[in-house]
Amino acid sequence: MDEVAKNRWKRFAPLLLLMLPGLLYLLINNYLPMFGMIIAFKDINFAKGIFGSDWIGLKNFEYLFKTSDAFIITRNTLLYNGAFIIVNTLGAITIAILLNEIRAKLYQRFYQSVVILPHLISMVIVSYLVFAMLSSDSGLLNKSILPLLGLEEISWYSSKEYWPYILTTVNIWKGIGFLSVIYLASIISIDPEYYEAATLDGASKWQQIRKITVPLIMPVITIMTLLAIGRIFYSDFGLFYQVPMDSGILSDTTSVIDTYVYRALMNLGDIGMSSAAGVYQSIVGFVLVILSNYTVRKFNKENALF
Amino acid sequence: MAHESKWIKWLAHSVLMTFSFACLIPFALLIISSISSEQSIINNGYSFFPQEFSLKAYDYLWDHWGELGRAYGITIFITVVGTAASLAMTSMLAYPMSRQDIPWKNFWAFFVFFTLLFNGGLVPTYLIYTQVFEIKNTIWALIVPGLLMNGFHVLLVRTFFMTSVPPALIEAAQIDGAGEIKAFYKIVLPLSMPIMATIGLFEAIMYWNDWFNGMTYVTDPSLFSIQNILNRIITDIQFLSNNSNLSSTAGEAMAEMPTTSVRMAIAVVGVLPILIAYPFFQKYFIKGITIGAVK
Repeated sequence: MDEVAKNRWKRFAPLLLLMLPGLLYLLINNYLPMFGMIIAFKDINFAKGIFGSDWIGLKNFEYLFKTSDAFIITRNTLLYNGAFIIVNTLGAITIAILLNEIRAKLYQRFYQSVVILPHLISMVIVSYLVFAMLSSDSGLLNKSILPLLGLEEISWYSSKEYWPYILTTVNIWKGIGFLSVIYLASIISIDPEYYEAATLDGASKWQQIRKITVPLIMPVITIMTLLAIGRIFYSDFGLFYQVPMDSGILSDTTSVIDTYVYRALMNLGDIGMSSAAGVYQSIVGFVLVILSNYTVRKFNKENALF
Repeated sequence: MAHESKWIKWLAHSVLMTFSFACLIPFALLIISSISSEQSIINNGYSFFPQEFSLKAYDYLWDHWGELGRAYGITIFITVVGTAASLAMTSMLAYPMSRQDIPWKNFWAFFVFFTLLFNGGLVPTYLIYTQVFEIKNTIWALIVPGLLMNGFHVLLVRTFFMTSVPPALIEAAQIDGAGEIKAFYKIVLPLSMPIMATIGLFEAIMYWNDWFNGMTYVTDPSLFSIQNILNRIITDIQFLSNNSNLSSTAGEAMAEMPTTSVRMAIAVVGVLPILIAYPFFQKYFIKGITIGAVK
């Protein structure tokens, strides 16, 4: 190493030292598990250790894809996240546009704080709130609302057909406020001159929303949606694990890749199956992130992640 | 025209009012249920208008304050220590990355960024933390895995340092004889309080709300945070009685326990601090969301 380079490293040594704890953490928390993915290709035997265990190639994956589980969890993950993207985006844009119509700052701030409140609550608390509504013996729905409408009681936690609607509702309730804050920020940044000119030309409010607001926030909508599509293979674990209360009867309509991996590992101790499902998720998820980012780049280079 | 804009305003108010109502009403049901008498819940279910009010559920929780108090202590401890450690590590990593003259600049950026695109998943993470680092049933399990530092936050802070801290200030400090580290904490950090506060708030909420690490890495009830107690009680209502040294027999405790209202009371105890603190930090929270979105 020549003198100049040596001096350069010496000069920056204090700065590099500052970085050390953070880099070490990423190494342990993120990079080691990436290399740990090799366990999906091994027959893990703790007596032999992770590195000593025998290689078995794609056997774990063969087992996984032979079960009907692989299809069910993939289908559920894609359908749920697909539905969430559509419903949440439309809902959040509506809320953001309506919030923008409210000129009184006090009201606007009040509504905004309230709709974002559910985002702040842990999924465990959410599962209590849902339980108060849906419990068979004492839920608000079974005891107060359904009788009022003259309907029979429903045993919610053992009827799987209702869960797609329940989980979608909970997801909107919890997530829409957050997304609407982002859309509102982009609506606010629209130059007011557009609206002034439109008003002079006699455009109605509804026309202004359709012809000015929506087209001008379209880049943000596109990017948020594409980024969400990039994450479509990953689910909100808490939503699918806590809210149905880990109920096995419901698993046909509530289990997704994340909950499957968790149960296979923690409840069954099946490292082969769970790691195979995990690697499947990581790889497909990674490809989707890259593809969606590539698409974002095509729309707008500045908004791409990389 | 004027007519139409009025109409839109009414529509906006009514839709937002309805949705706000839907956001708040479950919390109201939770709180009212927790102060309903056991008998009225058995007769009419959880209701906004119980036949009879009662504070029995809170009496019961008060008797178990030992377990709940400790869980609260653990939640507060991991929130404070975790957030402080996280802020320190995040800023210490982000600052050198923000400097134009640091060696291997692009490598560090990629090293952090790649963790956002790809992850090894739960199984290897779990095995590494339990087999290699043996954090199962230690306080570290509640602080370290997944939560301690987030690559996305590092990049946010780096961008803030690059755009809001003038390099001339750092150079001036160095001319005055300050070393790199002194310039960092005397000049850069004080100028970066807005971003630190935002990220600290997000980290604190994450630690306060986290139940995943406890559920995954902790089986010892004496290490349960308030979220973990909640997580256990929703499926196992006897959890508090079983782990109490108060009750001579579990059966006896069960007989006296107002099961259905206790469930709701304990959720109230878990959520109340956030509901009370929210009005004070909501402004920063909403601002923080927008900062994160425009990256």
